[in-house]
Amino acid sequence: MLEAYPDSRLARILLWSFCALVMAFLMLPTLVVVPLSFSASNLLEFPPRAYSLRWYETFFGSATWMAALRTSLILGTLTAMITVPLGLLAGISINRLGGKAAVTIQGVLLTPSIVPGILLAIGLFFVLAAQRLVGTLFGVLVGHVVLAIPVACIVLLPALARFDWNQVQAARSLGANWARAIGGIIIPQLQISLLSATLMAFLTSLDESVISIFVASGQNSTLPKLMFLSLRDQIDPTIAAISTLWTVIVVVVVLVVTLRQKS
Amino acid sequence: MMKSLPITIDSVRKTYGSYVALDDVSLDIQAGEFLTLLGPSGSGKTTLLMALAGFVRPDSGKLLLDDRDITRLAPNKRDIGIVFQNYALFPHMNVLANVEYPLVLRKTPKAEARQRALDTLVRVKLEGLAERNIAALSGGQRQRVALARAIVFEPRVMLMDEPLSALDKNLRETMQYEIRRLHDDLGITTIYVTHDQREALIMSDRIAVMNSGRIQQIDTPQRIYDRPSTRFVAEFMGEANIVAPGSARRIDGADASREALMIRAECFHLDAKLVGPDGVALEGTLRAKAFRGENWLLTLALDGGQEILVCIPAALASGCAELAAGQRVTAYAPAAKVHAIPGVVA
Repeated sequence: MLEAYPDSRLARILLWSFCALVMAFLMLPTLVVVPLSFSASNLLEFPPRAYSLRWYETFFGSATWMAALRTSLILGTLTAMITVPLGLLAGISINRLGGKAAVTIQGVLLTPSIVPGILLAIGLFFVLAAQRLVGTLFGVLVGHVVLAIPVACIVLLPALARFDWNQVQAARSLGANWARAIGGIIIPQLQISLLSATLMAFLTSLDESVISIFVASGQNSTLPKLMFLSLRDQIDPTIAAISTLWTVIVVVVVLVVTLRQKS
Repeated sequence: MMKSLPITIDSVRKTYGSYVALDDVSLDIQAGEFLTLLGPSGSGKTTLLMALAGFVRPDSGKLLLDDRDITRLAPNKRDIGIVFQNYALFPHMNVLANVEYPLVLRKTPKAEARQRALDTLVRVKLEGLAERNIAALSGGQRQRVALARAIVFEPRVMLMDEPLSALDKNLRETMQYEIRRLHDDLGITTIYVTHDQREALIMSDRIAVMNSGRIQQIDTPQRIYDRPSTRFVAEFMGEANIVAPGSARRIDGADASREALMIRAECFHLDAKLVGPDGVALEGTLRAKAFRGENWLLTLALDGGQEILVCIPAALASGCAELAAGQRVTAYAPAAKVHAIPGVVA
């Protein structure tokens, strides 16, 4: 029916309804938290009987939550700053190497995204413990970089595959060493993919909880870790307030990056 | 005029697994010479060019620029200008920035770099396009930007990898003359890769014909065309007939060559008077004829069964229109145009 009468009213109504359902299914779990966060009640209840901003005050007034927010933002930024250059160099090497070696290296690089997170966290815990790095920010950072490298590679590899490598040879013949060719020829043309990779690496770290739970200690807990712990100990709408803020931050960052890519 | 340098390629060998891309290639290129590497795809010509550029490392052998061994030198330290087949312009820079790029890398003062880039754009007839984006250029204009970028830093050698293959026929012919003119103006040692034998004949001082990783023959265009040293060169350079010694007889009755003879299709006459007494005659049966505008192409079956192509200029071919298939025809070639290929038996 849809094929025979692509412009028919019924077909359009059905198509739009279906899309609306999919959208609702995707977004409702996120959005249901928003009204909860403005509740005046001490409990998570839906729909709230009265509204207030008290849980936002609780969040911003708490030294523990603020420290966790700071830790998460610092970790996210550092993860992105370390991951993207590594991912770019790895991507270039894989692309230039070609053949079986490249496939093998790519496979190894992508394993952290395939292995169950809990296994990775347990493994990392033992490795870091041997180096006496458990409980340090550096330890968590290592874990996040390991997780973010495959993400960055997945974003960068297709862009590198489309890149005209004769340009690098041309730059080399004109007098550029490798560093200048990468900085002056490859990076400016991969700006959009690099921006996406940075964003994805940042979000990977921001969102990560399992490694943080295993490796991070009290004073450098990340926000997701603290959220899990507080859910276990007490359930109050502070969590909803944080989740709402979190969603807003991520949506804003993604929107800004996407709109910049469009222009 | 910038100082150009000679190049010596000394027994360079390159293999990829069991595939031999360059099989002990040796070649001397004089300073200021325009040398073309001509051959079919897979003949090794581009591999040799990329070895000179520094992107392919030979398994063995040496590359000398003047007296300096550059075999292991990084590509960015060779001071060699390269024009790539797809031009490899930088799409995120405008025309001027592309041409300035090698000067910026050499830390040339800004004003001087700009002036030299603009002068070079004038030289390649792109004045007024300095601020254009690469995407807004035609194929021919891109070709000129690539040329400007490769010569602006006054390299001592220029390498060109099939630079005209992406252009249409008319533009290609214009650019052939312009590249040659540019070479003559600058006096720069140029190595040019192509698979187009006409292009090679038109542009080169010397041609090195390559096949399966080896140089088959290196000589002036005229000698390559008239005096090929192998069957491959003879056939690659144009419509060549290679006939067995027994099929051809001397017009004056003297003993003919014992080696296979190469006679170009366009060297034949149908009138014995146009050929001296020391010329050769080939007699056969007309199989087919075709009028090609400026000439007639006749296919003759010799008595041994071999077919030869005979090309008669329309201006001299008064009788061709009346010839009928099956008729006996004798084709004559002057001695100067009959070339015995050493060691080849047809």
